[in-house]
Amino acid sequence: MSAQVAAPAKVTPEVAARARTRRSPRARVLRALGVALLVTASLFYLLPIYVMLVTGLKSFQEVSLATMWQLPSGIHLDNFQAAFTALRPNLINSLQLTIPAAIGSAVLGAFNGYVLSKWRFRGSEILFTLLLFGMFIPYQAILIPLVQFMQQAGLYGGVPGLIFVHIVFGIPITTLIFRNYFAAVPNELVEAARIDGANLFGIFRHIMLPLSLPAFAVVLIWQFTNVWNEFLFAVVLTRPESWPVTVALNNLAGSQIVEWNVQMAGALLAAIPTLLVYILLGRFFVRGLMAGAVKG
Amino acid sequence: MLAPSVILIAVFVYGFIAWSLRVSMSDWQGLIPSYDFVGLENYAELILNDRRFHIGVRNTLVFSAVFLGGAIVIGLALAIMLDRKLPGENLFRSVFLFPMAVSFIVTGVAWRWLMNPATGSRTSGLNLLFDSVGLDFLVSAWHTNPPPWGIAFVGIPALWQMSGFAMALFLAGLRSIPDDLREAARVDGASELQLYRRVILPLLRPAVLSVVIILGHISLKIFDLIIALSGRSLALDVPAIYMWTTTFDANNFNRGAAIGILLLVSVALLVVPYLWYSHKQETEL
Repeated sequence: MSAQVAAPAKVTPEVAARARTRRSPRARVLRALGVALLVTASLFYLLPIYVMLVTGLKSFQEVSLATMWQLPSGIHLDNFQAAFTALRPNLINSLQLTIPAAIGSAVLGAFNGYVLSKWRFRGSEILFTLLLFGMFIPYQAILIPLVQFMQQAGLYGGVPGLIFVHIVFGIPITTLIFRNYFAAVPNELVEAARIDGANLFGIFRHIMLPLSLPAFAVVLIWQFTNVWNEFLFAVVLTRPESWPVTVALNNLAGSQIVEWNVQMAGALLAAIPTLLVYILLGRFFVRGLMAGAVKG
Repeated sequence: MLAPSVILIAVFVYGFIAWSLRVSMSDWQGLIPSYDFVGLENYAELILNDRRFHIGVRNTLVFSAVFLGGAIVIGLALAIMLDRKLPGENLFRSVFLFPMAVSFIVTGVAWRWLMNPATGSRTSGLNLLFDSVGLDFLVSAWHTNPPPWGIAFVGIPALWQMSGFAMALFLAGLRSIPDDLREAARVDGASELQLYRRVILPLLRPAVLSVVIILGHISLKIFDLIIALSGRSLALDVPAIYMWTTTFDANNFNRGAAIGILLLVSVALLVVPYLWYSHKQETEL
């Protein structure tokens, strides 16, 4: 089973320091190896970004497969311009899709998280687990009824329908993040407000909502990234004029007419919004990521 | 306040699963829905006779093995190094995690050119790089290798995208191990290797479980990465793609529904025990 270590009697700082210095030469080699490994790994992770960037910044004349790895002679925007012309309507669709979808699922998640953490009732834990299961299902298992429903409801084909679907299937993860966040708010606060006569909704508006800004940041950023990057719902539920950028990019890459350098620039364009969010607000993104592991 | 979400999930998740079950046991092929009951015929056909489905299942298994094995090894190695408080820790962590913010489609398009199998004057991507630095023996046909090995190479972009997530989970696990425990083991004369083998790795078991469950269910559902990387090459087919093409291109709605349900069952086998265990622990607290 787990650690078979004798009770950690008393580790004074002196003992600990001696233990450390005793291993110093080997530790130093290990450290150097460690840094080398981390640098090598970083090169692997940065490789595709490097290729996309140097390819994107070459002029049309410079582009050739044989010089794929070489730096561009200067900053040329030919490729980005061509890719932007091709993807512009889809980038706009993606923005129009992503922002309302993120806000909608965040609001529902905040309601649910609040009730499930502060107004527990018989079966509320089971209800929560049933909600959570929704984020693991392969959407192929609901895709046929979903298409039928969307057609009947007149929501098939456009961006509004896709927004609706992303709000619904965003509920599990947003509920999870808000529930864990609100669980850390002291119950006494809720109790006191209840004694003062505040009701379920009043407590939410006046106590929980003002406290929940960080949770909203995590959820909005997480949902923005998820919805922006999503492909399956988008490709099945929208017509070409409403395609978000992932579907359009996939088509661009599959076409024989569009050159590989324009595809690379297009891929980078499609990645820039979520990458910017990651670079500027990575802290919140990583919290959303860890929340997705259910137990963290 | 809970009602709207509960109703939506009840209908769109559980109601629609029930509806898919009904379609999967019907004779619906073609554009006009038909719900005449045929029992488990569609499932039997897939499991017993459908070669494309069999190839898809094998591909999923090979891919999952490479992906999960790779994520555990890479994630653990990176997390252990980062945990040793080396310089630049925050920067490294950001670099390892940023691909998680990128779409599988973007990843697929970029790696389509990095893992380009073309030879001669059309050589490009990693093969070109290996050629020019004298590592010719690494030149590969990548995902266009003959089955079942082609799909194993799809593990490379998948690991590029998600091994950072495994790293983050392992790092969180490592950080939760108190320093006292390590010092105590060192004072007791444990070597660094013994410290990791006897003390730290056993304590990371819950993190390994999280990685297997989360990345495992993603690998069972893998879909967009393969499409962006290879178009719809049949050699790299998986049930998630088969469901999509047989339903919406060939109008075999009953077969598509059956594949969807089988996918759901495979994911549920992995995830339900985990959710149930989490739920039990919560209520005991």
